[in-house]
Amino acid sequence: MMTGFRRVVKAGFVGFWRNAYVSLASIFVLTVALFVIGSTMLLDQLLTTSLNTLQSKVDINVYFVPDAPEEEIEAIRTAVAALPDVSSVTYTSREDALEQYRERRQGDEISLQALAELDENPLGANIAIQAQETSQYENIARFLDEQQAQEEPQVQVIDVINYAQNKDSIDTLTGIILATEQASLIVMGILLLAAVLITFNTIRLAIYTSREEIAIMRLVGASNMFIRGPFMLQGIMYGFIAGLLALLIFYPLLIWIGPGTETFFEINLFDYYVQNFGDIFGIIVGIGVVLGLVSSTLAVARYLRT
Amino acid sequence: MIYFDNVSKLYSDGRAAALQEVTFQVAPKEFVSIVGHSGAGKTTLLKMIIAEDQPSHGKVFYESLDIHKISRSRLPQYRRKIGTVFQDFKLLPHKTAFENVAFAMEANGRSDEEIAENVPQALALVDLDDKAWNFPHELSGGEKQRVAIARAIVNQPDIIIADEPTGNLDPIATYEVVQILRKINDLGTTVIMTTHNKGVIDEIERRVITMDDGRIVRDDATGKYVL
Repeated sequence: MMTGFRRVVKAGFVGFWRNAYVSLASIFVLTVALFVIGSTMLLDQLLTTSLNTLQSKVDINVYFVPDAPEEEIEAIRTAVAALPDVSSVTYTSREDALEQYRERRQGDEISLQALAELDENPLGANIAIQAQETSQYENIARFLDEQQAQEEPQVQVIDVINYAQNKDSIDTLTGIILATEQASLIVMGILLLAAVLITFNTIRLAIYTSREEIAIMRLVGASNMFIRGPFMLQGIMYGFIAGLLALLIFYPLLIWIGPGTETFFEINLFDYYVQNFGDIFGIIVGIGVVLGLVSSTLAVARYLRT
Repeated sequence: MIYFDNVSKLYSDGRAAALQEVTFQVAPKEFVSIVGHSGAGKTTLLKMIIAEDQPSHGKVFYESLDIHKISRSRLPQYRRKIGTVFQDFKLLPHKTAFENVAFAMEANGRSDEEIAENVPQALALVDLDDKAWNFPHELSGGEKQRVAIARAIVNQPDIIIADEPTGNLDPIATYEVVQILRKINDLGTTVIMTTHNKGVIDEIERRVITMDDGRIVRDDATGKYVL
């Protein structure tokens, strides 16, 4: 048993070196396939991050009337924060609102003068609400509308809810986000399928060159496992080496485009690559090994029938 | 030890049958030559014995074992009882003569010690001890065929199947190969050989089965080549 295993391993390595050209071709194709798979993964990461950034910029603002009592505002804020869809609620007090207004109108003398004419702060407090998903804003807005409707007319607390104004842009954005995610999923699927087919065909060609050898092995009474073993090992080696090569190619490439993605998508892909190297290594090399192993096993099975 | 029981082989494309109602048997330690024109069914017959081909009708037995009922996983074990020699040698080009012979033992799961002992013996039997480390492309046709014979006998099979073993060889090499096959037969191994070569048949002076159009037309105990 051990002798058989040792011979299979040895035959795998010898076959790998003696058919160096064929091995090289298989590794090259597998590297390209894994590079494509890795690129789609990184692209997907890029998309997800930038979509998250976009999503975090969407919110609902509730503006309270200036003389709204603190406890009423606090009550609404707590109620909203308790909703399952809400991820965060940011409170801006009247004083802070005024401060922000002043900052925005820096240099706009007329507005600032008008403000100075007033005896008291004309601005009310407000809360900014963020949902976990853009599609959940509808529910939150409905909740707030109900709150507003329940209020007694003489003691209004909520002045304006800006969801209705933002609704169109939020809807559009939600649509774009969903469509982009679906499209990237489909593209990824197609690329993966292409990569698998090309790899399978290349390894099948590589084994085709050994068909005489396989026929001879069968004639001398070699068991199927004894014949298949070396090819399976070679498939694993192709996948492993191709995985390492693909990872190696990513390194300088990401150093180069990392700063670019930082400014545009707010994520440095190179940092992401380095921080998650363990996972990426596992996925790319893992896919490579599985792809090589499955391809060679299927390809050699063709010559083992009867 | 080999029994053909009314074996026919038909092809689906409607060509003439490769074998038609073939019945014969081979006793242990026999040397049987099968002669006939190309397409007479000689090679199909041999393929039946090593389970490379399935009969359409009839059965082929190795002793009491129905060859075509052997499960796929048990087939390698069965094939180890049979040594095969072909017209085109079928040597592994990237292995030396020694490695080619050793490979058959490795495939059978023999130990390194057995390989180190038996391979030189087999090569000595075919008179190639001095060429053990040559690659096939460095050997002549006759030498290649002798390596193939060494590979066929190294596992001490019960039967040697030789399909046109002298087909690609010059007269001297042919003579050597036939002498080696006779020597192996004398040592107790059954030999079944197909050939075109009249000289070979007349020289061996053993049983000759003549085939024509998929049928056995003659079966002589000490035959001459008659077609």
